[in-house]
Formats: sequence, C-alpha cells, structure tokens
Amino acid sequence: MRVRTGVRVEGVVQGVGFRPFVHGLATTLGLAGLVGNDAGGVFIEVEGEDDAVDRFLRGLRAPPPLAVIERITTRPLPAEGGGGFAIVGSDAGGRRSALVSFDSATCPACLRELRDPADRRHGYPFVNCTDCGPRFTIVTDVPYDRPNTTMAGFAMCADCAAEYHDPADRRFHAQPVCCPACGPRLVLRDREGRERAGDPIEEARGLLRRGGIVAVKGVGGYHLAATAADRAAVAALRARKHREDKPFAVMAPDLPSVRLLADLEPAEEALLTSAARPIVLLRRRAGAPLAEAVAPGNRSIGVLLPYTPLHHLLVSEPLVMTSGNVSDEPIAYRDEDALARLRDIADAFLTHDRPIHVRTDDSVVRVFQGRELPVRRSRGYVPRPLPVPVGGPAVLACGAELKNTFCLAEGGRAFVSHHIGDLENYETLRAFREGVGHFERLFGIAPAVLAHDLHPEYLSTKYAVERAEERELPLIGVQHHHAHIAACLADNEHAGPVIGVAFDGTGYGADGTLWGGEFLLADLTGFQRAGHLRPVPLPGGATAIREPWRMAAAYGVPATLDVARRNAATWDQVVAVGRAGLGAPPTSSVGRLFDAVAAVLGVRDRINYEGQAAVELEQCADPAEGSAYPVRLDDAGDGGPSFVVPGAELVQAVVDDLLAGTPVPAIAGRFHNAVGDLVVAAAVRLREATGLTTVALSGGVFQNLLLLKRAVTGLEAAGFAVLVHHRVPPNDGGISLGQAAVAIARAATEPAGPAPR
Amino acid sequence: LSHGAGGKATHNLIEAVFMEAFRNPLLEPLEDGATVNGLAFSTDSFVVTPLFFPGGNIGDLAVNGTVNDLAMCGARPRHLSAGFILEEGFPIADLRRITEAMATAAERAGVNIVTGDTKVVQRGKGDGCYINTTGIGVLDRDSTLSVSAAQPGDVVIVSGPIGEHGITIMLARGELDIEADLTSDTAPLSELTAPLLDACPHGRVRFLRDATRGGVATILNELAEASKVSVVLEENAIPVRTAVRGACELLGIDPLYVACEGRMVAVVAEPAADAALAALRSHPLGAEAAVIGRVGADPPGLVLLRTAFGGTRIVDVLVGDPLPRIC
Ligand SMILES: [Fe+3]
Ligand SMILES: [Mg+2]
Ligand SMILES: [Zn+2]
Ligand SMILES: [Zn+2]
Repeated sequence: MRVRTGVRVEGVVQGVGFRPFVHGLATTLGLAGLVGNDAGGVFIEVEGEDDAVDRFLRGLRAPPPLAVIERITTRPLPAEGGGGFAIVGSDAGGRRSALVSFDSATCPACLRELRDPADRRHGYPFVNCTDCGPRFTIVTDVPYDRPNTTMAGFAMCADCAAEYHDPADRRFHAQPVCCPACGPRLVLRDREGRERAGDPIEEARGLLRRGGIVAVKGVGGYHLAATAADRAAVAALRARKHREDKPFAVMAPDLPSVRLLADLEPAEEALLTSAARPIVLLRRRAGAPLAEAVAPGNRSIGVLLPYTPLHHLLVSEPLVMTSGNVSDEPIAYRDEDALARLRDIADAFLTHDRPIHVRTDDSVVRVFQGRELPVRRSRGYVPRPLPVPVGGPAVLACGAELKNTFCLAEGGRAFVSHHIGDLENYETLRAFREGVGHFERLFGIAPAVLAHDLHPEYLSTKYAVERAEERELPLIGVQHHHAHIAACLADNEHAGPVIGVAFDGTGYGADGTLWGGEFLLADLTGFQRAGHLRPVPLPGGATAIREPWRMAAAYGVPATLDVARRNAATWDQVVAVGRAGLGAPPTSSVGRLFDAVAAVLGVRDRINYEGQAAVELEQCADPAEGSAYPVRLDDAGDGGPSFVVPGAELVQAVVDDLLAGTPVPAIAGRFHNAVGDLVVAAAVRLREATGLTTVALSGGVFQNLLLLKRAVTGLEAAGFAVLVHHRVPPNDGGISLGQAAVAIARAATEPAGPAPR
Repeated sequence: LSHGAGGKATHNLIEAVFMEAFRNPLLEPLEDGATVNGLAFSTDSFVVTPLFFPGGNIGDLAVNGTVNDLAMCGARPRHLSAGFILEEGFPIADLRRITEAMATAAERAGVNIVTGDTKVVQRGKGDGCYINTTGIGVLDRDSTLSVSAAQPGDVVIVSGPIGEHGITIMLARGELDIEADLTSDTAPLSELTAPLLDACPHGRVRFLRDATRGGVATILNELAEASKVSVVLEENAIPVRTAVRGACELLGIDPLYVACEGRMVAVVAEPAADAALAALRSHPLGAEAAVIGRVGADPPGLVLLRTAFGGTRIVDVLVGDPLPRIC
C-alpha cells in the first residue's frame, strides 16, 4: 500500500550530514518526498510502499557519526503521488530546539586528504567535513547555517560550493567547508604582530625545536606550545606565564608516542581518540621523555591527541599545550587580545583569520573503574544536552563562583555550559553574561526560574538576584552541597533519595557557616544534614585556603612540630586568630582537613593553585598502604542518627605517627584510607537509620582517586550501590546541573513562589 | 547586624525603609550631607567598641565624623550639636576623657559645639556611650561635588594610607593578642578639602567622600553606580601601611573594605590631577596622598582592580560579612 509519512527528527541533526544521509536512505529505498532543516531539527516527508517506509524509519536509527537523535515522531499524511526526493531549503521560523553540535576532532577521511599530496586540501590546516570540524565555537546564531557562523566572511569558491551543494558529497551543507583557495589562512606572526616570512608551520616547528614558545590558535582559544622534553623551554614557559606548579598538558602526535609517556588502559585509549579529544589524566611512565617542570611532583600526566588539522601538521613530538593566558586569567581567544596579553610569553603566534566566537577550554577527564570521570567538561562535550526529568519551567542555573558553568534546562534537556572559570575575574564574568545570552538564543530557552547558590557574595548569585529583580522571575536558592549531590543524581539519572556524601573545599551552608564535609540524606527536592565534620576555625578566611599551614594551626597541632617552626613568625598569631574566631569563620570542610595534614607532613605550606596541597598529598601517599587510622562518629545529641566527625583525632593520629618516625608516604596513605573508611562508616550508620542503600559521592575532594577508590570499594563491599560522576565533574563545574535538577524537581512538587522583594 | 556594615545590606535598608518614608529632593542624592541655602547640613551617630583606642576615642570620632561629612560637601564646618546616650553607671571620668577629646577635636577643626542633649538608658541597654553629632557648615564656594559627577578619564586619589582606623579598632578589642604599631587615622578632613578645592579650577573636583564604613571599595562602588562609569584601580598604587597590610593578611581582610576616619577619596578631572595631588601632599594629613586608579566608561557600575600580574579582579559591594568564595 502506498503511504506518505511526515517525520520529525530532533537532536543533534544539523550540520552533521543528516540530510544527505536521509536523501541517500530514501533514494536507495525508492521513496519519494523531501527533507529539510528547521529551527526544531529535521523534517522529512517520505512516500512509497508501506514496508519501504518502515525500513526507512528503521534506517534513521543508524545516523552519521556526529548526529545524536533524541526523538523521532511520525504522522500520517495524504499520499501525493509523484516521484523524486528533494532536499529543501532551511526554514528559520518556529521554535528553536535544533541542537548545535560540539566541536569534533578531524575525521579519518579529512586526515587522509590532509596527507595526500594529490588532494586539493593537501596540507591545508582548515580541512573539515560534515563529520568533523569546529561547530559550537564558531556558531553565532541559529539555525546552523554558514551566515550564522564565523565562516560567514569567507565566500566559497566554485569547487567548495559544488561540494557543499551536492547531496552525494561528504561536504554537503558542511557549514565550515573551505579550501586553500577560499578559506582561512594560516600565518605566523612575531611579537609585534608582523607576519613572518616562510611556511608558517615549518617556521613554527623550527622555533619549537630551538626551544621557543609559540602561541597557537586552536578551536576554542590560544594555546602556548613548547617542546615537552626541552627543560629550558618548559622552565621559560612557567616563568613567563607566572604559573609555578600547576601541571601542563602535553599534546602527543599519536597513540604510540602517548605510550612512551604513560601507561594506558583501553578506556583511556578510547577517550584519547574520541571525537571530543579531551585531555586525559594518565599514569606517567617512569623515565617518560618529559621535562620535570611539565608536571612537577605529579605521578599523573595530562595528555591529549591532535584535534585539528593544524595540530596534526604541527605536532611531531610531544608538546606542552597549555592555555594561552597569564596566571589565572581566562584563555585568550580574540586575536588582538591574544597578541596583547601573550606577547611577553610567546616568541611567535601561529594564528589565522577564522574568528572564535565562544572561548572554550580543553576538557579534562580521567578514568575511574573503566569509566569516564570528568574533571573539566568543555570543548568536545559542550553543548551536548544532558537528560533531566521532563516537565517544569525553563531554568537558568547560575552555578558556583570558581570553575563556574551555568546550565539552561527545559523540556528534559539540560545544557551545561562550557567551563567559564573564576567569576571574580572581570573577563570571566563577561564571558558568563555573554555565554548566558548566547545559550538562550542558541537553544531558544527563556528562563522562567533562576537557580543559584546560597553564597550571597558569589557573582553568579548576584547575577541571579539582579536578573530576578529586573524580570520579576522567581529565585530558587540551592545549598552548595545539595547541588553537588543533585548533580551526581542527575549525572546518573537517579531521583534519590540517597545518602549523599559531599566533600569539597568550602561552600555556603544552610546555617550561614562554611560547609565542606557533609553527609546528607537527599533527593532532588531537598536534603537533611545528617552528619558533618566537626567545624574548626578558618584563620584568616580565604588566606587560610591559600596557606594550608594555617589549617594545621587551626587543628591545634603542637607548636613543636616542623610546620610550626617553618611558620614561626606568625604561628602564635594565627592560633590566636583561630581561637578568637575573629576573621576565622568556622568550617566543616574536608578539603581543609587534607590541607592540615599536608602541612603537618611537610608536603605543602602555601599553594599556587586550587587544591594543590591535597593533590600533592595524594601524589605522595603510598597506594600500597593498607592500614588506616580509626574513625569515629560522635552522636550529634539530637536523639537521631545525626553525627559529628572529630577530624582533629585524624590529625592527631597523623601527628603521632609522624613523631613515631613513620615514613610520610605511609602516613599519607593511612590518612586517605581513614577518610575513605569514614565514608563507609557514615553510610552504614545512615543505612541503619533510614534503610537507604544508595550512596552518591560528589564534591571536588572526590577527584582524589586514592580516596575515591577506598570509599567506593568499601561501600560496595558493604553492599551499597554507589553513584559517582560520569558526565559532569564532581567539582564546582557540576554545581549548575545540580541546581537545575533541584529547581526542576521543586517546581514539580510545589508551584514556584512569587518573585522575591 | 550586617545592616550597619556599610555594604549592600545597608544600602537596601536605606532604600527600602528611609527613602520610602522620607523621599524629597534634598535627600534623594544620598550624599553625606544636604546643602540648603548656602549651608551644608549633616548628622551622624557614633557607636564604637572599644570606646577608647590608640589614636583617639569615640569623642574624636564624633566630632571628626560630622566635620568630615560637611567637608565632603565642600563646606567649611562651623557648628555642631552633640547628643549623648549614656548607659546607667557610665564612669564620669570616662565621659570627661570623651568630652575633652571632643573639645580638642572641635578646636582643631574650627567648629563650636553649640547645643546638646543627654539621655541615660538602663544598665545593659547600651554599650556605655553613644554619641550623635549634627553639624552645619558654610558653602563658601558654589559646589558641584556629586557622587554622580565622575566622568571617564578622571583620576581617583586617596588622601593617605587606608585601613588604619578599622584595623586599630579590631586589634584594640583585645581578642587577638597582637601588638601592632598602629593608631586610628581619625582627623578633620576640612584641613585637606579647603586647599584641594582652592588648587583646582571650579568643577574639576568631581566628588569627595570620607572612606568610613565599607572602606574605599564601597565608596567607589557607589560612585561607579551613580555616575554610570567604571573605576579601575591599580593594586600596586594603593597606599597601605605595613602594619595594616600584615594585620589584613593575618585576618584575611581586604584593606579596600576597611574603614578609615581621616582618609578621603577624591575624584578629580585629569588636567587638575597634578595640582590636586600637590595640594594634598602639601599638608601633613595628605603627605602620602596617591593616585590609585582611573574612571573609565566601561563596564559601567563596576569597580575593577588590576592585580600585580595584570589580572582584573572585580571589587564588588559586600552583601554581608565576607566569607571565602573558594570551594
Ligand atoms: Fe564545591
Ligand atoms: Mg559619615
Ligand atoms: Zn572530516
Ligand atoms: Zn574553496
């Protein structure tokens, strides 16, 4: 029987070769009809014998590599007769929900062209096709069409136009399609911005070989490159960038060269070679040919593979590829700005004239128990939506202050933004504001509810409050650690309730004090604080975070220890500050407990990047250490299961062991084990009281694999189901997803209240 | 309590309660004092713990505070009233010390205390002594000073090292066993405003404000918002005494938010900057005056701090007590 069926396909279906795929499928099956893009995705009409139409619909389920189908809906149409299958023009009207693709690593077909001397794109650093290339970072508006990308200024030559318009071609409607005749041009500039003579790639490679530092314009911003084995070059990069210890990532040309740097397991290989091409944190091999300054005192090394044709041409031996910035500034992505800000760091600029619209950092991931554990979710992942419960209002969740991301959610999709960074920095705050506007346009979402952290000084909170006042929108404040646990729940598509363990640096508590070692009974709508670390003073507030030795003082370790001697000039004063509670807010943070132990063990007194003391404590711990200090849960005294954890006893155990002459790696190992055991003991106690058997682990402290492994192994052995992060980071980069999930869940249980004030 | 700390909470309180009730054209600009018929008129209440501290006591503060508010309107302070709220049993000897300090401060500032009032409250219902002063000053010059008068290109000057008063008070509470070579900076700023205004052509001094509650940061935020300009500060240019810096580091406090009682912020048109600085420096109170930043057009309403490494940090109004934002 002849039928005509209307089909709507939603998801990442534009600019990924979907229409030619549909065209090919329909033609093969002898079907008539049409296919086109609109703001909602792809619309199709197919007409022919009913079994052929059925086969067509099944065939849609195996789309091209970059396509992600979220939903296919069909409706019967009256048959029209006639033959032929047409690709019709885009329709920009209607509701915008077609999804922009993420930026994707160069595909094998393009790579072959890049290396083929006979191809017209041989050695052309901007080769791409519908299966690969820049997307999110070049899109300025929807629908995804060339005029709405930063390729708008490049008029296609006849050859490229022919490919672009040919449904049978790999480049059919590939918006960034270009070639040496019509596309962007690579140049090498000196510090003054003058173009240097010669082949840019060859010149840049020569500079790198001679120990130079080259700023390289990538997909989401500028990198600073130096030869990773060259001690002097890496040292110079550190000095000029004012980055003292934080590890640099290394771009290796291929997998065999990665294997010389680090040990690889299959899941890590898969991530390294995925279309997202994140930085993967790997176990560094002894004797890896890397300058020590690449990742000082670190057993792991962040490695990534080339993800643009330019990288493929440039990288023939491992290069440090670090973000193009000074100190903690956001990475430079505009050409003028890069030249101005990086001229004292880079010896030359390998750059081009295709603008970057959205600054996007490299993503960072690691593998835990064979699965991905994100550390920073950005290029290659964003803007893939994450699933959240359908229903409820459109939400803008404004995220945290450091490692900020925001999240726009509506209709079951949560768009967690690229890594924005530290909002205290003006450039970053601007990126936040512009990013929010860009996402709202791109995904056609007008937020009806604003979710935010409870910390009144977070610039993200202030943004939410300001905007809520301007637009008379309701605000939903979400406690920081509840947001962490909610992020973990959303990450795992779990509704709770669970036993939530949120360990991080500090977050604003529901009681106005600083939390950070929290055991919550939580679902998406709310939580109960069932246990926490006993608060200690944070002497000097943020200064105590920058100076971990102060936490040793706050935990009351003896003044006879080395840590007190090293800091003798102000030790007594800091102790007094803590005792007086003046300039010393109380905190139940586990991150600060790690700081105290790191300082006591002489690992680190002052940090140069966030979390450094804890990172180095993990690095120095002996992973083979099996024993642990005993942990205790004290009744909170409310007659219920609530408890307080005396962290000072752990610090005391560390001090005793140190004075007994136990080697530092063993002590660090025992301490890690104790914190892991603490998680298990607390979960067991809360299971007895509540019957809950699922535990969610979140917060930046759970980036510590030694701790995570001890906790997860112990919990599983005790019969718990354990949720850890796979899609968003356990650190504050995941907060916005948690806030959004809470806002959606609360809206489902209670109607949103009136606008505040 | 955060409603008195001079930050956003105070601002909201003023807007929501007082402006709502009292709204009128003279109050509207929310300057430190009102100017009526050639006179400047201002009032202030003084609550401080401890009442006596290195470099002064509540009496000096009460006189200088109102003198300074008048001076910031561009006026020559003339007459003050003084109202006392004393807690039952407050030692007469202490009250004498306070009034002596007031007399000395008034004499130095060239003002007379011409009227007053005293109330006694029950024991335990006051912290010993509260003082309110109200002052009248003469506007010798026709003033254009205003919090909304800053223009891009103007320079931002402080009259001396910041934060001494606030840190002195904090340490004088004795909760910390810290000895620091510090005294309050309380002083009559009329001694500086007269030479400053004389040295600059009419209209070139845009704005004056004594950096009391909330410190320099809060004042500049008010300026940025009211004038719809940006203020960009240079971290290295901000004068802070070593002892203040040390105490701030110890306590984790940003000196930009610490109160002063004898320092002012002056915003001056660029061409008059040198003359303004010279005029301030010619007086002992302003010997360490310094240009700390500039007014810009963009981003309006924000105060930014360029750090030593060239980063640009936002110096925002504090909503309440500052707690670390680092996770
Ligand atoms: Fe956190
Ligand atoms: Mg005042
Ligand atoms: Zn390709
Ligand atoms: Zn071309």
